[in-house]
Amino acid sequence: MVGKKGGSKGMGVAEDAEEELARTPLQAIILADSFTTKFRPITLERPKVLLPLVNAPMIDYTLAWLESAGVEEVFVFCCAHSKQVMDYLDKSNWFGQPNFSVTTIESHNAISAGDALRLIYEQHVIRGDFILVSGDTVSNMSLSQALKEHKERRRKDSNAVMTMVIKQSKASPVTRQSRLGTEELFMVIDPETKQLLYYEDRGDNLKGYLSLDKALLTYNTSISLQNDKQDCYIDICSPEVLSLFTDNFDYQHLRRDFVKGLLVDDIMGYKIYSHEIHSSYAARIDNYRSYHTISKDIIQRWTYPLVPDVQFFGNSATKLERQGMYRAPEIKQSSSSKIGPFTVIGSGTSIGNNTEISNSVVGEGCSIGSNVTIESCYIWHNVTIEDGCKLKHSIVCDGVTMKSGAALEPGVVLSFKVVIGRNFLVPAYSKVSLHQQPIKQDSDEELEYADNSSGITESPSVSGTLDLLNEEERTELPDSQEYEVGDGGVGFIWLVSEAGQEEEWRHSVAPIPVDKLVEIMQISNDETDLPNEDGAFLPPSGELGPDSITNDSNEDAEDIRDDSVIFEREVEATFQRAVEEDVTDDHVILEVNSLRLSYNMASADCAGALFYSVMKLALDAPHDSPNELYKNVVSTVRKWKKLLKYYLSSIDEEIEVILKFEEMCLESAREYSPLFVQILHHLYDQDIIQEEAILDWASEKEGAEESDKIFVKQSEKFIQWLKEASEEEDED
Amino acid sequence: MNALVNEFIIKLKKRKIEGSKTTAKLTAEVLRSCISQQRLPQTHQADALIDAIRGIGEKLIAANPVELAVGNIVRRVLNIIREEDVSLTAAAVGGLGISAGSDDEDDVKQDDHQGLSAAAVAAAARNTLRPPSLQTLLEDIPQSTAVPRTSSSAGDSEGKSKSADKNSTSKKLKHNVIEAVNELIQDIATCHEQIAEQAVEHIHHNEVILTLGNSRTVMEFLCAAKEKKRSFRVFVAEGAPRYQGHALAKELVARGLQTTVITDSAVFAIISRVNMVVVGAHTVMANGGVIAPVGMNMVALAAQRHAVPFVVLAGTHKLCPLYPHNPEVLLNELKSPAELLDFGEFSDCLDFESSSGSPLLDVVNPAFDYVPPNLVSLFITDTGGHNASFMYRLIADYYSADDIVVKQKSIS
Repeated sequence: MVGKKGGSKGMGVAEDAEEELARTPLQAIILADSFTTKFRPITLERPKVLLPLVNAPMIDYTLAWLESAGVEEVFVFCCAHSKQVMDYLDKSNWFGQPNFSVTTIESHNAISAGDALRLIYEQHVIRGDFILVSGDTVSNMSLSQALKEHKERRRKDSNAVMTMVIKQSKASPVTRQSRLGTEELFMVIDPETKQLLYYEDRGDNLKGYLSLDKALLTYNTSISLQNDKQDCYIDICSPEVLSLFTDNFDYQHLRRDFVKGLLVDDIMGYKIYSHEIHSSYAARIDNYRSYHTISKDIIQRWTYPLVPDVQFFGNSATKLERQGMYRAPEIKQSSSSKIGPFTVIGSGTSIGNNTEISNSVVGEGCSIGSNVTIESCYIWHNVTIEDGCKLKHSIVCDGVTMKSGAALEPGVVLSFKVVIGRNFLVPAYSKVSLHQQPIKQDSDEELEYADNSSGITESPSVSGTLDLLNEEERTELPDSQEYEVGDGGVGFIWLVSEAGQEEEWRHSVAPIPVDKLVEIMQISNDETDLPNEDGAFLPPSGELGPDSITNDSNEDAEDIRDDSVIFEREVEATFQRAVEEDVTDDHVILEVNSLRLSYNMASADCAGALFYSVMKLALDAPHDSPNELYKNVVSTVRKWKKLLKYYLSSIDEEIEVILKFEEMCLESAREYSPLFVQILHHLYDQDIIQEEAILDWASEKEGAEESDKIFVKQSEKFIQWLKEASEEEDED
Repeated sequence: MNALVNEFIIKLKKRKIEGSKTTAKLTAEVLRSCISQQRLPQTHQADALIDAIRGIGEKLIAANPVELAVGNIVRRVLNIIREEDVSLTAAAVGGLGISAGSDDEDDVKQDDHQGLSAAAVAAAARNTLRPPSLQTLLEDIPQSTAVPRTSSSAGDSEGKSKSADKNSTSKKLKHNVIEAVNELIQDIATCHEQIAEQAVEHIHHNEVILTLGNSRTVMEFLCAAKEKKRSFRVFVAEGAPRYQGHALAKELVARGLQTTVITDSAVFAIISRVNMVVVGAHTVMANGGVIAPVGMNMVALAAQRHAVPFVVLAGTHKLCPLYPHNPEVLLNELKSPAELLDFGEFSDCLDFESSSGSPLLDVVNPAFDYVPPNLVSLFITDTGGHNASFMYRLIADYYSADDIVVKQKSIS
């Protein structure tokens, strides 16, 4: 450390600007509050950052990482349960570290990350670039590279205010969520400058479509849309970020408000960049599922050196044995018990006969009875589990007692000091707490206050006798709020709201049940089937259904026919609109052209479709006799002659029009069939169709079947006349 | 003093110090400053000092139990204190003998032995186990003759100089110990050169040498042979997953050595062309077994199969008085799997959604391998070449049997 400092000072002498940068110590802000309620009911009693993650409080991981990454000053912003956080930091040795100062900032009114940053801004403690993380971040990345990039960009462009750390992590194609249980994240990044151009972390709102601003393509030579990245929630920020939060006092959420706000706002021109890490680890504990996943990552040593057997900070000496078994000293273990792979056992824990533990974390001072099965659970400190209990995929907090024979189904969370009664089966995904569930559903941004002074005064204290508690409960909530956790149990099962119940499995510690997966798979299959059947309803803006790429060649022909039908309808609709709204010919041409491009049609198709529309219009006009119909046609054609002529630039297109007309007479508009020759003649007179086209059409039809020749025969006389006329011309 | 020790402990805990040589040097320096700042009582100075160092050593060893160099240096320093204490008492007793009027050296020696306690005799006996270099023998004589003179001159004013004498001996002990620790630090710093000096005896013209990974000692060794105009070829196995062999190859080429880089898995294919395998070690255990970078056991087995000499270079600070019990587990460090795989690429394989909650994919990245002594043909240390079966003897020269377990006793 000493040598390093001396070196940086020496360099500073050389360049004044460099010196300025080097002298400001690297600062970091830790938000020791997530401002969400995802870890309720546990967070009613203890702040999230102090929850043990593989037997060490989460904030220790964050602090240890920042310390080793060379951060010199850390400001811990405490909000909910601020006293507990400060007490913990006091007790631990974090305050007395050389070259690493930890300062706490306490607030009771902040209800979001935005409020917190505004408060920190007012304190004027941040002097240079700083790292912004939340207190539940686990990482071993080195910040030097990202910092260097950030500073270099800043030197060139003072608007580059923030660098976000991202990491590759594929989202599950079925559940559309990452392995950390967060929504699939979509980002648009400039592949060269790494500038972040678009950020969307709420995949659910997208309904399968992602709409990007056209401007993205106009201002950037290339962009890459990525959905296999994970946001590590590690931001390297310039001091401007704090003032931006102060200026925009409605910014609450770091991503939803701030990042999206900056990306949309093009007046100030602030830019956000991304920094991708490859070999190092970074993740944030956002929900129970990420708690589970990150615990496993730690046990599998992806976070090295932040692993249980390395004493990175204050954790007790633990030895790593074969197959990822971590054992602290002073474990009393019966020789008949089995401890499986990837298990961590804390010191002072005793394990009874024939007990099996696998893939789990057991904290310090727990006593586990005989014939207990523990599978993929997180058991915190001083838990008592009596004989014959069965635990699966659950979180059991400090001081819980499970009476003999009790069982936990997957996804259960038992909060502090809950007692589960004898032989009681706790249903899947239920959360049990000594605290009552708040009656009204709080908003997402609601605070997790449970300081002694406020919040939980209505909740019973643990030390009270059972009867008294029940009494109290009855007076407060008359309906069925007695303890419902079995004989001699203490605790309330939290009800999950109707909407939430569906989503509960997404964020729980339990693996996603197979039937859920199958269900989603079916839904998503149905979704992808939809566009095939209802293709006609696709919006005409060139959106492609997901199937259009994967179709095999058999379906291609069908597709083209479908397309041409859709195209005709679209042209007709455009034309109708033109008639109704009195749009000029030029604009109609423009629209039809764009349709032609998007459906990949030839101009002959346009001519045919347009002609069809014109004739349809004439047909739709009120008429009683063929004569009136003819008059309608004459007037309509006169009106739209210019438009038709535009598309009838060559013989082929004219022939197409005649064929179309023929088709109409045969199928959709039989009224025209007696008038075929008359109208054809009229079109000839109007110079819409030339004689070559008519003659070619006639000769083409010569070889056709009798049924196809009806109209050729009808117009035989006319054709004859045409031939003669041309011969006469030739003679002249 | 505490701050210094604590800082070092934190660094060790966080695995910020890598490499046994740097660790050894830093440990020795920390202990030296501890000794110089340690206040000593009037009596039983050596015991007090030993106890203090033991206390610090215990913490240091616990901070990173895998890095055995820490323990080695702590034990070496403890042994130095014992030796200096013994030589001082011997000198003092000897001085008394001289002042008693005997001129004959042999008589003095005998008198010494009679005057010393049994423990001191045992210590003296161990003292003879020191490396039998001529230098130490020569150094011993002037000391024992120099000390008596001062004491005899002080003997003139007997009454008042008694406390002053004590003071001087306390300073003497500290001073001597610090001198010796300085020598130890010097030894650690120069061990590469000492080993490299012997290179010419082992590497001959047109030979092919194989090595694995990157060891500074090996590099110096090879370069020393090159400087003596030996022309030979070096095969470097790259040493997955850290690929430190690449760095070694770069260095060797920069010094003008013929170098070929091969993958670790190609070692067996190439070994029949090799004349000698020269590798570095993490630690040499008391039985002659070697803790070395991962992949070494495979190289040693290949060498044995083709009867190629397997030579291990190790500075004396790497000699460890412990025996390897369950070396694969207890003396290993599992590093991050990220060195093997890109986490992002495999993120979909690491979903913990199988019904038992155990991951289907597990990546293990041990840092060390254990090479049993029967696979090692020769050890080359600062003091010369030794057979594996001789290592326990060599180790006994450097460490006192009392220090194998480093635990602080309560001060009496």
